[in-house]
Amino acid sequence: MDYEIVIGLEVHLQLNTKSKVFCGCSTNFGSAPNTQVCPVCLGFPGSLPVLNRRALELGAKVSIALNCQIAEKIRFDRKNYFYPDLPKDYQISQFDQPLAQHGILTIITGEAEKNIRIRRVHLEEDTGKLFHQKDSSLIDFNRCGIPLLEIVSEPDMNSPEEAYLYLTALKSILEYIDVSDCNMEEGSLRCDANISLRKKADKELGTKTEIKNMNSFKGVKAALEYETKRQMDLLEDGKRIAQETRLYNTEKGVTEPMRSKEEAHDYRYFPEPDLAPFNFEKSFLKAIERDIPELPEPKKNRFIKDYLLSGYDAGIIVSDKNTADYFEKCASLYSNPKTIANWLIGDISAYMKDNNVSIKDLNLKESYLSGMLKMIDNGVITGKIAKTLLIEAIQTGKDPEKLVKENGLEQISDVKLLEAATSQVIAENPKSTEDFKNGKDNAIMFLMGKVMQKTKGRANPNKVNEMLREKLKGAR
Amino acid sequence: MTMNMKLNTLTAHELIDLLSKGDISPIDICNDIINRIEKQEKSLNALAHFDKEKALERCKNLKEGVNKGKLWGIPIFIKDNISVKDELTTCSSKILKGFKPPYNATAIEKLMDIGAVLMGKTNMDEFAFGSSTETSCYGPTRNPWDLERIPGGSSGGSAAAVSADEAIFALGSDTGGSIRQPASLCGVVGLKPTYGRVSRYGLIAFASSLDQIGPITKDVEDAAILLKAISGHDEMDSTSADIPVSDYSSNIKKGIKGLKIGIPKEYFIEGVDKEVKDSIKLAIGELEKLGAVCEDTCLPHTEYAVSVYYLVATAEASSNLARFDGVQYGLRAENITSMMDMYKKTRKEGFGDEAKRRIILGTFALSSGYYDAYYSKALKVRTLIKMDFDKAFEKFDAIVTPTSPTASFKIGEKISDPLTMYLSDIFTISANLAGIPGMSIPCGFTKANLPIGLQILGKPFDEDTILRIAYNYEQSTEWHKKKPKL
Repeated sequence: MDYEIVIGLEVHLQLNTKSKVFCGCSTNFGSAPNTQVCPVCLGFPGSLPVLNRRALELGAKVSIALNCQIAEKIRFDRKNYFYPDLPKDYQISQFDQPLAQHGILTIITGEAEKNIRIRRVHLEEDTGKLFHQKDSSLIDFNRCGIPLLEIVSEPDMNSPEEAYLYLTALKSILEYIDVSDCNMEEGSLRCDANISLRKKADKELGTKTEIKNMNSFKGVKAALEYETKRQMDLLEDGKRIAQETRLYNTEKGVTEPMRSKEEAHDYRYFPEPDLAPFNFEKSFLKAIERDIPELPEPKKNRFIKDYLLSGYDAGIIVSDKNTADYFEKCASLYSNPKTIANWLIGDISAYMKDNNVSIKDLNLKESYLSGMLKMIDNGVITGKIAKTLLIEAIQTGKDPEKLVKENGLEQISDVKLLEAATSQVIAENPKSTEDFKNGKDNAIMFLMGKVMQKTKGRANPNKVNEMLREKLKGAR
Repeated sequence: MTMNMKLNTLTAHELIDLLSKGDISPIDICNDIINRIEKQEKSLNALAHFDKEKALERCKNLKEGVNKGKLWGIPIFIKDNISVKDELTTCSSKILKGFKPPYNATAIEKLMDIGAVLMGKTNMDEFAFGSSTETSCYGPTRNPWDLERIPGGSSGGSAAAVSADEAIFALGSDTGGSIRQPASLCGVVGLKPTYGRVSRYGLIAFASSLDQIGPITKDVEDAAILLKAISGHDEMDSTSADIPVSDYSSNIKKGIKGLKIGIPKEYFIEGVDKEVKDSIKLAIGELEKLGAVCEDTCLPHTEYAVSVYYLVATAEASSNLARFDGVQYGLRAENITSMMDMYKKTRKEGFGDEAKRRIILGTFALSSGYYDAYYSKALKVRTLIKMDFDKAFEKFDAIVTPTSPTASFKIGEKISDPLTMYLSDIFTISANLAGIPGMSIPCGFTKANLPIGLQILGKPFDEDTILRIAYNYEQSTEWHKKKPKL
């Protein structure tokens, strides 16, 4: 039977403010337990929260970047539940009047664009962290009160792949606007997924499960793939899906029920009386809007139009803001953007991947790359030399032009110098010469390779090709 | 003033004068207070925590010099729900047994900055839940005018201590009348400031949208001095208002000729003691003699105030008191088997009956399925109550009512009947719901020699006017000078 998969995602994002959302404590990651705490974030009796305006600013920035409608009035609510990682036994959050609603995030599936609706974005405080030991539990309250932005999508994704694309697109935007480290391993970005299946013709949604505990985007995809299959198998067998929360077990690659019975929570939300509601000033929002850079989607379209890049190339380049900036700087120095894109997507991205560095930390000035590309165009170096030259330039941080001079890497186009090499190669490779004479045009490539070997890659390939053909012409 | 006069019987402004003349020293005041406490406290039980050695030490450690603050050397008692660094602050609850806050409330910081001497903590209804100071885990405080009777509540300890001269003055807190009602029942002055006038930082919350710290004093001038000392915007409390603080002490001395005072008919209903009604009427006559224009007015939603209050206040309290869970501070039950067991046993052992009743009531009011019918509706009626006042204050400069429908009642008389007890606050609750300032001043006595209080309500942030009316009335009467015979 044909099923439609329905997925909605809930992302929790730690905003990269210097201090916590309701007190002045540092948000630094990895400090010794309970060293970044005060009476406010520890929920001591008599302490009161005071909103960190920066957290609100960053939250508004995300909301605008996700094309949301921002609430006119900012109000917080208390979400009441007992748990030891929650010192006040309520969380300051936003309930029926979230910071923003009704947004759109565009993802690219194959060649098509798809709009995923954002249901709501709201600001809340993070909880502490529990460490369970054999017969006791310890609490680290450092994380308590770090500003969290919850971004909830509508159930608009129809495959685990789309969920993955949503997360990558979201992360890309969040990095563009510089609001979070977006690090799933450190927990600065967390994601829960809701998934259900229904028959293609059905109008009603099927029973959903909530999947937690995924610690990478690939993990989200894998968990959803597993869960799709699990639900499908149950439905095929005529069984029912239990509405429950399931944890993804990364090692086993399976989802497992978190609780045998889902407890019905009544969070008794009510307006937080310690934080007076206030209206967003228009000027405040305008300032935030001005602060948002060109986002990946419009940038991609501009790159396609202005630099004549393919959609694929543009998509890869704009997915990281620094790469896009790097590309544009190079393009201002060098006239063939397509070539820049090829190098960025090819050799440079391979190097970054192998050495686990980002373009920001890459020791290659934009002027160095564009200078090197110009040398290729002007016949100063061969493309082959350029590949090794690039690595050397990155490793030494030196200007490729300087390296070419220092190491004598200029291309050899001088006919006299190439004369000897080509003659020698012809003499040394009678079989290939014979093959060529017998009409096997490919043999010329072998001979060219040999000439390159002899000149350590410096020979001008066009010249060599020309000369070899000239010399073997009579014989053919 | 003769030197054999007991200093503990004086007001703060009288002591400030004597201190500035160099006639007495802070230690002299402290000693007289200690003597009084040693003689009287056993029968009163007004204090929750008092250590005379510490009090003397604080006195001795006062900095001398030209920059002596306004309250330099003046001793003050603090209600047990206001945080004092490294000193027991327990809300008279077993669940905060042994709790010493790591910081001072903003009001305490402000008092210490101007040289006030912290003496100790006063008894109160547990978490300020009550109108009689009978729900304290330290036992009930007794009314100095009749030891068989309650002092009112929840700031009953502060009011009794001031009335009995164990204290010069004290801080209380008022969520639904907890400063004004005990002030009325003990024959002293109590003032609940406008919501936002005094920082709540460090006040252990009962109902965050209603709570205010305020002065309990022997006369109006002291109330003006103490209010100024603790008022003002505080960055640590985003509900505190950034509105300038007046010089109350000098403004009170202007006359009240031509001031318009409203008398709401809803406050003279059946159930108000006749002696109380008569005293208030005489007081109104006195105000007219002083030149005020008193006219009848109406506050039509008054009858809903108690119901609204017991939904809003308990809802907030149920959430505010969740943190007393045995995890970080205060009581943790012994012999616990699990996390849930810890929560349940700790809260069962730690909270008294009234606290439990209010937590349950508030939890219910916020529960899904009941929220709209109770909490949400209560908020709407709260707005109507506030609008009643807005409308009345378009015409009047202040409103005058009885503070409490009756004078003090017997210990044990109402404790087992919560609804009757809740009605003790029927006239004070509206001011908290509307956020407006209100005060109670002595205005007479019953035949049984129990004090009666006059409540004066004012416009938001216009404490000046109610203090001025109170001061003018006080200057033309002698009620505040009467002392209980102990």
